[in-house]
Amino acid sequence: MKITVADVEHVARLARLELTTAEKELFAGQMDAILGYVEKLKEVNTEGIVPTSHAVPMENAFREDIVRPSIGLEKALANAPERAGSFFAVPKVIE
Amino acid sequence: MKYQPVIGLEVHVQLLTDTKIFCGCSTTFGAEPNSQTCPVCLGLPGALPVLNKKVVEFAIKAGLSTNCSITPRSIFARKNYFYPDLPKGYQISQFEDPICQHGWLDIKIEGEELKRIGITRIHMEEDAGKLVHGDLSGQNDDSGVDLNRACTPLLEVVSEPDLRSSDEAVSYLKQLHQIVTWLGICDGNMEEGSFRCDANVSVMPVGSSTFGTRAEIKNVNSFKFVKQAIEYEILRQIDLIEDGGTVVQETRLFDPNSGKTRSMRSKEEAHDYRYFPDPDLVPLVISDEWIEQSRRELPELPEQRQHRFMTDLGLPSYDAEVLTASRALADYFEAGVAAGGNAKAVGNWVMGEITRALNDSGTSIDACPVSPAQLAELLKLIDNGTISGKIAKTVFDEMWKSGKTPLTIVEEQGLVQVSDSGAIESIIDEIMAANAGQVEEYRGGKDKVFGFFVGQIMKASKGKANPSVVNELLLNKLKG
Amino acid sequence: MNIFDMTIHELHTALEGKQVSSVEATTAMLERIESIEPRVGSFITVTPEPALAAARTADQRIAEGKCHLLTGIPLALKDIFLTEGIRTTCGSRILDNFIPPYSATSWEKLRDRGAVLLGKLNQDEFAMGSSNESSAYGTTRNPWDTTRIPGGSSGGSAAAVAARQAVATLGTDTGGSIRQPASHCGCVGLKPTYGRVSRYGVIAYASSLDQVGPLTRDVADCAVMLEAVAGHDPKDSTSVDTPVPNYSATLKQGVKGLKIGLPKEYFIDGLDPEVQKAMEAAIETYRRLGAEFVDISLPNTDYAVATYYLIATAEASSNLARYEGVRFGHRSEKAEGLIDMMTRSRSEGFGDEVKRRIMLGTYALSSGYYDAYYVKAQKVRTLIMNDFIKAFADVDVMLTPVAPTPAFKIGEKVGDPLQMYLSDIFTIPVNLAGTCAMSLPAGFSASGLPIGLQLIGKPFDEETILRAGYAFEQATEWHTRKATI
Repeated sequence: MKITVADVEHVARLARLELTTAEKELFAGQMDAILGYVEKLKEVNTEGIVPTSHAVPMENAFREDIVRPSIGLEKALANAPERAGSFFAVPKVIE
Repeated sequence: MKYQPVIGLEVHVQLLTDTKIFCGCSTTFGAEPNSQTCPVCLGLPGALPVLNKKVVEFAIKAGLSTNCSITPRSIFARKNYFYPDLPKGYQISQFEDPICQHGWLDIKIEGEELKRIGITRIHMEEDAGKLVHGDLSGQNDDSGVDLNRACTPLLEVVSEPDLRSSDEAVSYLKQLHQIVTWLGICDGNMEEGSFRCDANVSVMPVGSSTFGTRAEIKNVNSFKFVKQAIEYEILRQIDLIEDGGTVVQETRLFDPNSGKTRSMRSKEEAHDYRYFPDPDLVPLVISDEWIEQSRRELPELPEQRQHRFMTDLGLPSYDAEVLTASRALADYFEAGVAAGGNAKAVGNWVMGEITRALNDSGTSIDACPVSPAQLAELLKLIDNGTISGKIAKTVFDEMWKSGKTPLTIVEEQGLVQVSDSGAIESIIDEIMAANAGQVEEYRGGKDKVFGFFVGQIMKASKGKANPSVVNELLLNKLKG
Repeated sequence: MNIFDMTIHELHTALEGKQVSSVEATTAMLERIESIEPRVGSFITVTPEPALAAARTADQRIAEGKCHLLTGIPLALKDIFLTEGIRTTCGSRILDNFIPPYSATSWEKLRDRGAVLLGKLNQDEFAMGSSNESSAYGTTRNPWDTTRIPGGSSGGSAAAVAARQAVATLGTDTGGSIRQPASHCGCVGLKPTYGRVSRYGVIAYASSLDQVGPLTRDVADCAVMLEAVAGHDPKDSTSVDTPVPNYSATLKQGVKGLKIGLPKEYFIDGLDPEVQKAMEAAIETYRRLGAEFVDISLPNTDYAVATYYLIATAEASSNLARYEGVRFGHRSEKAEGLIDMMTRSRSEGFGDEVKRRIMLGTYALSSGYYDAYYVKAQKVRTLIMNDFIKAFADVDVMLTPVAPTPAFKIGEKVGDPLQMYLSDIFTIPVNLAGTCAMSLPAGFSASGLPIGLQLIGKPFDEETILRAGYAFEQATEWHTRKATI
């Protein structure tokens, strides 16, 4: 398989990244090499093998439905690049 | 050509928990923007979700009440997409192995047989925040993000594409609405978005077994709009096909003002949500014991209760259905019966006077000023002849206003029914003397005049004369 | 003895005996940082005032006789740990101005015991790297040879310990990010079992692999640090509710009869001869101490790097979606509209390695590739895990090299990400298997570069690797050598 600049552009859109032409070419080459290396997993017979999400067996972690204090408006908004009143301000959607 | 609509519904049910699904922030509606947030629901770096156990309990109840099987081991997945009201850049939801699967509801359309509608799945997920447009503190160009609603627990109930008309869709939706409110897991408020519906609509030629391309209609927030939106969309698709066009798979927005759906045009390419198991959460394992415990805790559901009202209390099916419109109403009715009221009479009063008074005053049954026990007491006064049915309505109005017991009102206002034949006879004599012409008419064979006399007598007695005594005595006297 | 040369134990004894105050110790560390920082570059942020304030409080506690082993000890944290009120960058420009409104559980535990925070340590951006070269705040240099990398991603955490700019530090390990820099910098570094230490408040790279652990001067200090941070945290669903043993208490029980496995896949032809020699010497030492060796096999080792880079990048692509300039972090000023703002903020804020891994992970999860890449990798992960379970049926611990070579030159592998990834071959399988492992000094190359030894333990058996490490340390002198800088 060959990772093309078009593939890179598609993935970049999904990931909300904007790449320069040079970056696209660089990433296409590097991703191709890495994914080429990853192809070796095809050698492994995984028929009937259950996928692992966590290596340590764990299940059922809950909290009770009890209200805990929120961190408060000022702390919530303290790192906002821009705020408007009690809101995080963001630019308008441009269709 | 004739077309057959095919409809499937995806319903989002906001759960009535005190806290959010993955953090301890309050879910109270209407707080100051961003005041009910913490690192978890703000999606701050390093924050981790911990599942609210009550959400699971509610999901199990919803599943058991809709004939679903409960998945013994279910997992949470991340649904990845970017939007400013989605703090983490992904929504925690369930994809493979949702908590409830393969359920159904039977719907009833007037004059048709019961129809079984499949429920594909019910899964748990978190809600997004809100993106607010317009003037925020004078910054006209900006939109604002409020994350109070972010991380609020939702159930998504996905039906099979088994619905074939807007009426069926509404009937299914109403039944689902009744169940989740009955269970007390959702307040059912459609205006505030606690119960919202997306409809997948397609059409195919009658007789075909291949579904047409579907459009997903978003944001339909009342039963009426669901009907309108689906009907509009069916016609739009048929027109399109008849004109030689093809339906495209897309998301459409219902506009309640025009009653139309319109395409949500977007420059974005088709979504690729890249679902994968959320590594921050662990598998949810639900034992048989847990399911059984939950089943034992389920309230009697509307359908079961209807059935019992008919078989045990002898109510007609119409009454049973009306009286189980909500759990509170059914509870009220049963409390009235338990307090000694005759089931049919209590039912009539609940469906009649009580419902009218509630509607007139905009009161909910939970806040009804006349308690079921008081209603039963009132009915007893009718049964034992203390007051007439007519007077009972006057007494009821007074009970509603003052909260006094029926007996107090009857005594205070001297409303006790007159059954003493001497007293009634003298009234009859007076009325007959004053209306000699009508007496003649009756005796001449005009039976209808009888009603005239009863009315006059009741009026003269201020409604207190016992109607059956009046009837009996009047008949004898008129016969001469 | 210089204060900055002291271990936790030594300094604790001095503090308790009132030979030195925490303010004096903290001042000494801050001076040490100031004098050599231009040559090492371990820190992103140094916090002298809060440090001295904490030291004063610690001195009060000591005066009142309420002295924990960590009270008054000057420590530093990888800049991946959220510290309330203190800038936390994760080595990224995108968080350049981020002041967290809350703290990581692990830091809270250290703070509650009276530890003093000197500052925040340099690292690869979002912990993605093996050399510290992907940091947006300059490359940390190896204190043993400043032309070389300190390892990564917890490069600052290892370099600060080796350069004696902090008594001990915390790092995180996703594919070797504690053990590999510890090996390259000649200190002790332990990656606990997944679930042993809370991840709450630690910026996520790959959530199913990330784990917090200490980097220290010696094994005894490592035990103290682990004891302090380990344990169940109700805020982390993946933290395990298993009792935390008193690690310090069993350290001295020796290794007589201990069965040590030597996985043949870790002793390959490509291994640097000097590393090979150090391993042989270590085996000899353990034999002398009474341990038994067993040849074992972890047959799927060769697939670990490929498996890791699919799983880690997939999780990372999702974990890093929250950096879009809406609620915190960098926001582009050039944006036209909302969507453009998010895209530009990310593109301006992230460095190349982070972008590369987000791209790889997005690709691995995308429609049409999910089964072939992500699910396949999760299945191979099961096989790798099973290798460990099988092997641990016969042995108590495993002994392996940490890295195939000593620290490489700065810039040597920057242009070839795949070669960089392959240098983690001996550390990655442990993260995939979820178990615990420790790196400790086991020798030096002819040119004076530290070489580390890796002890891998059974899940939740940190106790045994600490005990085995301690025995080795008592029998050797590698850990007492100091980088001259």
